[in-house]
Amino acid sequence: MSAPSMSTSTEVPVVRSWPLLGWGISDGLVVARRNLLQTVRVPELLFFSLVQPVIFVLMFAYVFGGAIPVPGASGGAEAYREFLIPGIFGQTVAFAAAASTVGIAEDMSKGIIDRFRSLPMRTSAVLFGRTVADAARMILVLTVLSITGLIVGWRINDGFVRAVAAYALLLLFAYTVAWVGAWIGMYMRNTETANTAGLVWLFPLTFISNAFVPLQTMPAFLQHFAAWNPLSSLVLSCRNLFGNASGQTPGADDYWSLQHPEAWTVISCAIVLAVFVPLAVRRYRRANYR
Amino acid sequence: MTQMAVQAEGLVKRFGDVVALDGFDLSVEEGSVCGLLGPNGAGKTTAVRIFATLLRPDQGTARVAGIDVATNPNSVKKIIGLTGQYAAVDEYLTGRENINMVGRLYHLDHRWVTNRTNELLERFRLIDAADRPAKTYSGGMRRRLDLAASLVARPKILFLDEPTTGLDPRSRMEVWDVIEQLVRDGTTVLLTTQYLEEADYLAEKIVVIDHGRVIASGDSERLKDQVGGDFVEAVVSDPGRLTDAAAALAPLGQGDPVIDEVVRKVTMPVSGGSRILIETIRALDAAGIELDDVALRRPTLDDVFLALTGRAIEEEAEAAVSGRGRSRK
Repeated sequence: MSAPSMSTSTEVPVVRSWPLLGWGISDGLVVARRNLLQTVRVPELLFFSLVQPVIFVLMFAYVFGGAIPVPGASGGAEAYREFLIPGIFGQTVAFAAAASTVGIAEDMSKGIIDRFRSLPMRTSAVLFGRTVADAARMILVLTVLSITGLIVGWRINDGFVRAVAAYALLLLFAYTVAWVGAWIGMYMRNTETANTAGLVWLFPLTFISNAFVPLQTMPAFLQHFAAWNPLSSLVLSCRNLFGNASGQTPGADDYWSLQHPEAWTVISCAIVLAVFVPLAVRRYRRANYR
Repeated sequence: MTQMAVQAEGLVKRFGDVVALDGFDLSVEEGSVCGLLGPNGAGKTTAVRIFATLLRPDQGTARVAGIDVATNPNSVKKIIGLTGQYAAVDEYLTGRENINMVGRLYHLDHRWVTNRTNELLERFRLIDAADRPAKTYSGGMRRRLDLAASLVARPKILFLDEPTTGLDPRSRMEVWDVIEQLVRDGTTVLLTTQYLEEADYLAEKIVVIDHGRVIASGDSERLKDQVGGDFVEAVVSDPGRLTDAAAALAPLGQGDPVIDEVVRKVTMPVSGGSRILIETIRALDAAGIELDDVALRRPTLDDVFLALTGRAIEEEAEAAVSGRGRSRK
């Protein structure tokens, strides 16, 4: 073997000092960086994850646009496009969860997870890194979507600060559902199943909401679900914060969640995280795939 | 009392109805290489996964450097390295990024890890491919990268689960070289293998495991002595005279001669070193039997396994692979 390896072979490894925010975050960021590098190395995947929401925008804006009247707003298809874009934002960040499901299932089915589990890293770091990376990827996706929105006539009407708040809520929601997705991913035996299972729950979540249609158009029992659906409050928050047509009619949407959409978005995300973070971490500890 | 680097007492691990380990005991001295030898499904991987903190035993205790793996897994993780049967590398990351990531997850200083990564890339002849994604690597390169990653924190104790399975002979020799050098540097190595010559070549101590229990252990010479000394093998030119040859040899043996008609060979356990070879040749010459070949050989680990279990190790391994296949990726 080569000489340099012999000369340093007795050197003792230098252990890093305790990081400012603890090993949990430090390790999680190392894993997140790895996951984001994967994204860069598979540009096709990134490309199609960007194309999908753009197609949704064009499809809904021009196919359904004329057919769905937005209450309290005049202007037909144009009003619908303004109403629609925050809905697409909400739907898109919700689908971040599917990427987490597939990503975790893929990791768990490969040797790399044995490597991680044999290292003195924090147990939660694999999940933390996955969810952070999947939420971070949404920054790029939201940027592309926003540009598409601006092209089809959507506008930010209420200023920079409120717009930032809207994007922050979208990322919080993306991060939250990513944990749910990661938890599902750990039950999947292979990536093919994960692909399907990661998506099924997202369709009711996104369609039984105010993302694409005003709530009043739904039957009463669906309205209850849709009104308390955190995605509805997220989308409504965005519409309010961007200053877009809300589709709300006074009196008809008499739910606390819709009267305080920002608060309900934050509260529901906190509840979901409080449930699914421990569930996912526990499942990860027990997982023994091979 | 010297502290054992790796120690197990009465380990039991069940997966549903399958008993993977059934009262498994092991002790490996510091700075030595121990080879865990057994067919597929014998429990080798389960044992390694328990030592590497990936599995908890149902019963019994496992200690690494005196630390109980069940109660204090994080302390164990800091001082061990693991290379599993499946190359544990991230395909999309480059070789350099892979090693670097593992170093950082051992909580090592960034600059130290950068230097160490370069050192390992050179040592494992990966420096030219260092900045290519690992998915472009050959099987041998991946395995070397995997091994390099498990060495980044200079583990005192290294677990290698079938480190050369599926490698071509050249890559296998390279892995063997690396293991030998690590041991010279003072690393304790516990490796599992199905390859008898691998255990024979690398390990000072060989532990034979079958159905989750240790059925024999010791250095390879001692194991071979358990089978009872040497064998004489005589290949007869005329197949018609095989029985005559066996009859001529019988008085010299420790056991009955065995005839293999396909290869025209008579095999017989003997004792008495090289003298017995001369007597064999004299006896066969006196009987007027012409020979193609005659040899005295030490028993191989195949003989050991056959003597201990009544089954040949390779048949068992093949049956397990073809019958069950690899059920999980």
